Amino acid sequence: MTARTRSILSAISLLVAAPFLMGQSEPVLVPEVSQSRIEVRQGFTGANLLLYGAVIDPRGPANTRDYDIAVVLKGPAEPIRLREKERMAGIWMNAGANDFRSAPSFFAVASSKPIPEIVDPRTAAIYELGTEFIQLSPTGQIEPEEQARYASGLVEMRERLGLYKQNPQGVRISEGVLYQARITLPSNVTTGQYTAETFAIANGRVVASATADIEVVKVGLEGSVVYASQQWALFYGLGAIALSLGMGWIAGQAFSKL
Amino acid sequence: MGVGGKRAFPRQRRWGSRLRMDVYLPIANLSVNGLFIVCLGFLTGILSGLFGVGGGFLTTPLLIFYGIPPTVAAASAATQVTGASISGVIAHGRRKGVDYRMGAVMVGGGIIGALFGAALFRLLQALGQIDVVINILYVVMLGSIGTLMMREAFESLSASKGQKDAAPRKRRHHPLVAGLPFRTRFYASGLYISPIAPLVLGVIVGVLTMLMGVGGGFILVPAMLYILGMSGNVVVGTSLFQILFVTMVTTMTHALTTKAVDIILAGLLLLGSVMGAQFGTQIALKARPEVLRIVLAAIVIAVALRMLYGLGVQPDEIYTVSPL
Repeated sequence: MTARTRSILSAISLLVAAPFLMGQSEPVLVPEVSQSRIEVRQGFTGANLLLYGAVIDPRGPANTRDYDIAVVLKGPAEPIRLREKERMAGIWMNAGANDFRSAPSFFAVASSKPIPEIVDPRTAAIYELGTEFIQLSPTGQIEPEEQARYASGLVEMRERLGLYKQNPQGVRISEGVLYQARITLPSNVTTGQYTAETFAIANGRVVASATADIEVVKVGLEGSVVYASQQWALFYGLGAIALSLGMGWIAGQAFSKL
Repeated sequence: MGVGGKRAFPRQRRWGSRLRMDVYLPIANLSVNGLFIVCLGFLTGILSGLFGVGGGFLTTPLLIFYGIPPTVAAASAATQVTGASISGVIAHGRRKGVDYRMGAVMVGGGIIGALFGAALFRLLQALGQIDVVINILYVVMLGSIGTLMMREAFESLSASKGQKDAAPRKRRHHPLVAGLPFRTRFYASGLYISPIAPLVLGVIVGVLTMLMGVGGGFILVPAMLYILGMSGNVVVGTSLFQILFVTMVTTMTHALTTKAVDIILAGLLLLGSVMGAQFGTQIALKARPEVLRIVLAAIVIAVALRMLYGLGVQPDEIYTVSPL
């Protein structure tokens, strides 16, 4: 609710300020997210996120141009090491490795048309419009071709896990004003702060952009389990042992009475 | 059994798609079919009651095939084995099937081994070779022990068939064990041997428990029979007794270091395995020990072959990610 009020307020202030600031007719994006907080609790099998909003042209609805919309949803980035298996002496084992300083744990792009049809590769790379343009910040001394191979290996692997994806028909625009995109988060998502960036694109140029934050948190029993395992490791371990001893003992008692 | 298994399989799969119980595992960080996990627990529970093995050697690989991260699979399987063995220990203890003295010596060794194993685990993890080491360990350990058990079981089976009134196989321990100092009497096992032998055995099993997420029963049982030469009626109970304590230490070590114990996953596995263990103990009382040993050997060899296949064939995913 507050996020909605905030975004409406910012849109209004932008609407008011825009003509003075730019002196021209740049459109304004008003984004909205169906949930600004995704709660991971028992039975969580993933979440369906609806990202919608409006493109407001200050010259009035009569002047709406043909816009394309692209939505990029990114999960928290983490530094990772990617290892590659190779056949050595007949068995498959880890051989090479490459580090990435900022691999997003989740990355999804939805657009109203295939990205190459709406922007040139340079612009796509700047705004990370596509899984091939994710800024992974590779480190290490290996050659650029090697790094590119590792980067595409990471992207393909996470695509198979459903963590990286792109949908060129994922955004629906109605009346040239309203848009909506649907992005599914699988159950294996990492918790943390997610950002949804929305871009309005016209004539190969990004004419407006806006961001919305989404929080993915573990709550309830699941939240406490994670918290306990991290903060109260000793008691968590004792609890796990007590649980297994208790269940085993009860079963033993129950069956011996039969 | 083969025909029954074949018939049951498609039905099982249809059930699998109809009967779903989505459970979110907070540490493994994914959603699984809870019923599948409970069934897996039940299966390993039967093994544990039947043979005195924890069943971890089956649970851990199957959980990994199912998509659970390897460390979480190993840590949570260790927790499950604790629960599966306590009921077994109680059941066998009631029938005086546990040599507590021998068990205590092996537990001591097991704890040393588990702590050493934890350090080794971290080192191999840092080198990025933990997975391949675990797989090779599985192939070598399971393959050699399975073959040994199979040969022994067949020999005793054909011997008992051939001449009914033949003298029973003479129990004796390995010459290496006989040479060790500080001989002590282990009455329940019918042995007068040095405690160093079971202590070393305990250490080895402790290391394997930590690395492979197994209780180590599949190594303990044959080693107790063929190396120590323990009396057959206390082997299963004593092995479970050792496993009980070593898996508790392993769970604790994982909880403190890798933080990979998923209590929900362990709970689901336990739900199935504590029931399975009781059934297993009942069957064990009725079945012939030679036949049981052949069945266990066959399962052990099958897992080893599957692991060997996995090492030699290009994996579906040649990339792995680890946090920095």
